[in-house]
Amino acid sequence: MSLPLTAAEVLSREFLEIRAKILEVAAAFDRLERSTGDVSEDPRIARLHEALKVASEPTEDRAEQVQLVFSRPYDETWQRAMKVLPR
Amino acid sequence: MDYFDPHIHMVSRITDDYETLAKMGCVGLSEPAFWAGFDRGTVDGFRDYFRQLTEVEPKRAAQYGIQHYCWLCINAKEAENVNLSREVIAMIPEFLDKPNVLGIGEIGLNKNTRNESIIFLEHLDLAAKYDQQILIHTPHLEDKYQGTRMILDMLTGDSRLDRSRVLVDHVEEHTVRHVLEEGFWAGMTLYPVTKCTPQRACDIIEMYGPERLMVNSAGDWGPSKPTAVPDFILEMRRRRHSEATIRRIVYENPLTFFSQSQSFRFRSRETEEVASKLG
Repeated sequence: MSLPLTAAEVLSREFLEIRAKILEVAAAFDRLERSTGDVSEDPRIARLHEALKVASEPTEDRAEQVQLVFSRPYDETWQRAMKVLPR
Repeated sequence: MDYFDPHIHMVSRITDDYETLAKMGCVGLSEPAFWAGFDRGTVDGFRDYFRQLTEVEPKRAAQYGIQHYCWLCINAKEAENVNLSREVIAMIPEFLDKPNVLGIGEIGLNKNTRNESIIFLEHLDLAAKYDQQILIHTPHLEDKYQGTRMILDMLTGDSRLDRSRVLVDHVEEHTVRHVLEEGFWAGMTLYPVTKCTPQRACDIIEMYGPERLMVNSAGDWGPSKPTAVPDFILEMRRRRHSEATIRRIVYENPLTFFSQSQSFRFRSRETEEVASKLG
């Protein structure tokens, strides 16, 4: 099912919203820089940077890829590892 | 537009919310059993909660013309107490014949632990034994992807289940495809910060189509918006999607799914009007 709006319409409608969201992200990173202490080694910071990189890639599934950046990995052998017997 | 909220926790909301929902077009809702914000200590605590879901809430809803349905279980957050979970599961059949009970839910995982998985499977046994529909909660944030895949492993490994009678809720961009491809219904929860926004729910509809997809507010005692489904309707209209498509997602799909439950006796406004004219 396609989006009835054209790309130009989407951009006109959402430009200010996208601009505002990018500004919020930039300001949040500035806030982290200004704060006392150092969180540069916190793994969450690396994930935030990786997510920003993924969001700027020219793909059609950026949202899904960003979600996966923030997700624990799935291990398909979990039932054996946890000794959970399937029905 | 008339709509049905397939997942909302009205025990946590004030009566004014029922009035607001009715004004926004809500004609029916389903309320899964969930975590109260604290771990309950006894099976009698759950018995009282199930009485609230099956006796009190339908009356509160009916004052505003809203038809109230519910689902019963012990939720994943309390499943670490395996003994209590088993007592609750053994008690649930006392309520399965109540006229507004649709099935077992919202069962699922929270932190993706062994105990949660065991209790999830025992809920599946209960649903299979009593031929009940199932509504499933998937975990939050970083646990969602792993937990959803684990839940799908358990569901697809169970040959007793009819996949068209199972709704997997709280899907997002990274889990929706897995759920739909396995033949289950999927619900998107419109929930500030931690789940899906109305805009992203519209995106997902545009990518996957309206087949077997629903949207809900999951309004509860935390930061949440019980009128989130009308927000979704507005966003779909702003994108010029047809009224027929919107109605399918917020009204027809829930009715199609819930109609598979023996207890579902939904009466549309049109049916009510004809019935009142006939006296």
